[in-house]
Formats: sequence, structure tokens, C-alpha cells
Amino acid sequence: MAEPQSGTGTRADAASAANAAPLAMRGDQLVKRFGAVTALDGVSFTLGPGEILGILGDNGAGKSTLVKILTGFHQQTDGTLYVNGEETLLRSVDHARSLGIECVYQDLALANSLSIYHNMFLNREIVRRGPFRLLDHAKMRERAAQCLDDIGVHVPSVDLPVERLSGGQRQAIAVARAVNSDARILLLDEPLAAMGAREAALIIDLVLRLKEKGGLSIIMIMHNYAQTLDIADRIMLMQRGRVTFEQNSAQTSVPELMDIVRREYRAMRGNGTH
Amino acid sequence: MNTANEPRKVEVPARPARPRGLLLTHWSAELRILLVAMLLAAYFEFANRDFLLTNASLVNLSQFVAPVAIIAFGEIMLMIGGDIDLSVGMVFAFAPFMMVFANDAGAPMWLALVAGLVAAALVGFVNGAVTVWLRLPSFVTTLGTLFLINGITLTVSRGTPVETPGSTAFANAMGAWGYSEILWTAGLAFVMHVLLRHTRWGLHTQAAGANPLGASEAGIHVNRLRLGNFIIAAILAGLTGILEGFRITSIDPQAGGNQITFLAIAAAVIGGTPLTGGSGTIIGGLIGAAVLGILNDGFTLIGINAFMFNIILGAAILAAMVFNIHVGRIGRKGGR
Repeated sequence: MAEPQSGTGTRADAASAANAAPLAMRGDQLVKRFGAVTALDGVSFTLGPGEILGILGDNGAGKSTLVKILTGFHQQTDGTLYVNGEETLLRSVDHARSLGIECVYQDLALANSLSIYHNMFLNREIVRRGPFRLLDHAKMRERAAQCLDDIGVHVPSVDLPVERLSGGQRQAIAVARAVNSDARILLLDEPLAAMGAREAALIIDLVLRLKEKGGLSIIMIMHNYAQTLDIADRIMLMQRGRVTFEQNSAQTSVPELMDIVRREYRAMRGNGTH
Repeated sequence: MNTANEPRKVEVPARPARPRGLLLTHWSAELRILLVAMLLAAYFEFANRDFLLTNASLVNLSQFVAPVAIIAFGEIMLMIGGDIDLSVGMVFAFAPFMMVFANDAGAPMWLALVAGLVAAALVGFVNGAVTVWLRLPSFVTTLGTLFLINGITLTVSRGTPVETPGSTAFANAMGAWGYSEILWTAGLAFVMHVLLRHTRWGLHTQAAGANPLGASEAGIHVNRLRLGNFIIAAILAGLTGILEGFRITSIDPQAGGNQITFLAIAAAVIGGTPLTGGSGTIIGGLIGAAVLGILNDGFTLIGINAFMFNIILGAAILAAMVFNIHVGRIGRKGGR
């Protein structure tokens, strides 16, 4: 297919959607302080419908804090968050979830001894009618297989315990679980961390397929610049609790990003010597 | 860059599934221990003609297996969730006395029975509450309540046994009739198996034992599950004490004790429930208890003394754990 057009098309859509359809998410001057420590120092961002936003930055740049605010785990000290165009304070993880915001954490939150389908329906099990509310294993098995098939994740059997899968497959199951719960905004926290090239390719493909299916806006916390430029529509660079750079992926490059980071780093070293 | 964006069909080089039936894979742990039980039974039947197929020895066997198995069911739920209860042997002696006191105070037998079980549940609640809310390891909590409950039972009973109250029919249903205990065991095994494998409670217990943080991130109330499982384990221990009381027509403050606690844990471990949490099987625990019963009765009948039984039991527990942790893992991961 004509990939370049589809890529720019999406970005154009995202831009025009800002006027027509509401943004999936918008943060306005978000601040988060933990006692004397300022983890987020006025972060503003937008996430268009169907867009993939890649967030880059070093450890301590505030990426994780931002994710935890977006999942309702923390509440911002200051600033405003908009979800689907409406001003929203995410009170709890359950509240965020009820708005269709799902997060795949780095630890994946899978129960390794349980089967794939049990994990995919964890705490959202399908139960049979009747006073005992017994689990409907057959229906969960079938739906899990269907869901994995839809997003192109291939496993020998949904009955396999998750502990028998590779790291990439487990990540895929965790993503599938989030998608399976009708997520409209998906947060992926370091989805490619500690993953080989082949496994990473599997997850990148999965994310791109999810995007093609539509109806899902994705924020990815990333480490690797090349991979991020490859997969994200837009990237955002965070340093010391601030957004220092934001650009469409097509209009920037790894060297440019490296330059910005290097400049910041030098400036910090300069400050340090005073 | 754009070619990389084109979704490739990257097939995961999945390790091929074992070419064996679903039934076999699902029940492999239980089948292994069942095979051991059958081999042992066959050996003792061969060595001593009336081991299995006489009424007396079957009653004998079932009465050894029943209390161990019922207590093991509760212990298995706890062990799957990553906990353990050392106080069950003391609740075993405590609950029947509470039943007797309730009956003495004028409650009809059925209500007295309920009172005994509620008293057991209270001990379970205390075990759970201290473990979950005061964040003590369950080993320590229940070590404390072990001595505490034993002391209470000895104090309130003044250290002397009492006769079982109630009608003959009630007593027969509650353990006095030769096969009533094993019928209770079968019924409870079914209920507990369904609870573990076919309800959200059981599934969430497994998830909480495998990955407590992950389970809470998924919105599972891990503490509520753990607390509930302590209560279940205590009620089962109390019920076992009551059944055993009616069987021997006497309620003894020294009954049960640490022997029954550790036999139950042994049955759970031999049956395929590791102490590591996250997995386990009720049916395996039942067969594990049967293995202990067969060893015990078999050695008695062929005239080997009780000391030998402990040697074999100890070796069996070690072998079962080594097998579970090493051989089982190699088997599961296909020698990776």
C-alpha cells in the first residue's frame, strides 16, 4: 500500500480533527510535585484521535510521572487535563479505565501460572448465568482467540500458561488484554524495553496494526530514538520535567534529537560547574 | 523507514504445543500423583491380601484420609495465594468445644454446629486480618495463633475431654458412621475444586499468588481474597475437628494438633501444590492425602512400625518438591 500517504494522511487528519473531532487527550501546563521535588514542571501535550505519540526522555525526565497521571494513579498538583475534549480530573485508575484509558505497565501485570485466556480476561471474566456465577471458560477461550486473531498475534493455544511465552509474546498478550477491554486511549510504558530486535519488531507491527484498525489513540513511552521515529506519528522529548521538543516524526531525525539532548546535557554540566 | 512501517506478518516462532490431549495436559499433575497412589495401593494389596478390599480396612483408610484431605483443601487455597496457616490443627480442637458450649447453653444441635464453625471462622478472620492489615507474614501470624488457640482450648475445657452431644442420627451424619467422613470429603473436594477452577474467587486467588502487584493493577482486591481464604481454611479445620469428635464420640482438647496440620500441608505438597504460590490443585491434595493414608495403613498392616512411616513421609515430601520444582519445570519448558 501507499505507506507515505497513509502516514501523512493520518497526521493531516489529526491536525484537522483538532478543529472537528475533539482531541483524545490534552494536557495543559501539568505540574506534579512530590514534596520538594518537582517531577512535572508545566507539561502541555496533545493526542489526536488515532494518533501515536512517542514520548522520549532520560530517566527522571518525568515520563513515568506523566503516565501515572494519565492513568489516574497520581493526580496532578496543577494544570488541566482534557479527555475527549472535556476537562477531567482522573480520580483513580478505575475512573481512567471507565473513560477507556488503559495502560500496559512495564511489569505487564500478567499472572504467569495462568493461561493466556485467563490473563486476557483477568478481573473481567465472563461468567455464566445462575446463582453461582461460574466462569464461562469456553466463551472466554473463544473470545480470547478471536481477539488475538483480530490483531494478528499468533499463539499455539490460548490454554498455554503465560510463563511458557517469550517476552515479546507476553507483551503482546498484555497489549491484547488492554485492547480487548475497549480501550480508546492506550498507554504503553516502555513496551520495547529489554527486548531483542525480532521481538521488538513483533510489538511494533502489533501497534501499527492496532492503529490501522482505528478507534485507538496511543501514547508510547520509549527509549530508542530510531524505533520511536519509526512508529510514532509525532514525538515529544521530555527533559527535567519539561517538554523541550515536539515535532512530527517525518520532520525530524535521530541526529537532530541527539543534538537537542546533547545541548541540554552540556547546559546542565555548565550549570553544574558554577 | 516507510517499508519498516508496513505491517509484516511476523509469525512468532512459537514453541510447538505438546502433541498430547487437552485432558492430559490439564490434569497431568493430578494424574502423576494418582499413578503413585495406585502403585502404592497395588503393592500393599499384593503384600497383604486384605489391604483394600475389606470393609474394615476401607473404613480405616477413609478415616485417615478424610481429616487430612479436608484440612488440606483450605491449606491449598492459602498456599496458592502465597500464604500458609499453621494454626489449623488447633482450630480443629477449638471449634468442637465451642459447639459443645453452645449446645450446653441451650442451642439445638444444628445451631451449635453453626456456632462452632463461626468460632472457627473468627480465628480465620483474626489470622487474615493480622496478616493482611498488620502485614505480618502468615507463617508468623499463625504460629502465634497456634499457641494462642491451643491455650484457649485447654483453658476453657480445663484440659478434659467431653462426650459428643446430640442424637445418634446427627452424630452419624457428622462423622460417626464409617463412611460419613469420606462422603463429606468427596462433597467438599467437589465444592472446593469448583471454587478454585470455576469461580472468579479461585481464579483471582491464583492470579494474586502468581503476581500480587499485577493482580492489584488489574483491579483485583488481593487482601480481601487472602482474608477470605484464611476464613475458609479455618472453617474447614473446625468442621474436621467436629467430624473427628463425633467419630470417636469424644471431644478432646488435645485432638488434632500440629500432626494434622503438617500432614495436611504434606498432602497439599505431595499432591502438586508448591509453597511458591500461584498454582495448586484441590484434587491433587485429595490424592496426596490418599497417598499418606495408603502409606500409613499399608505399613501398619504389613507390620512395619510407625517410625518407618515418618521416614517414608519425609522422603516423599522431599521427592515431591524436588520433582515439582525441577522435573516439572523442565517438562513444562521443554528443556529450554
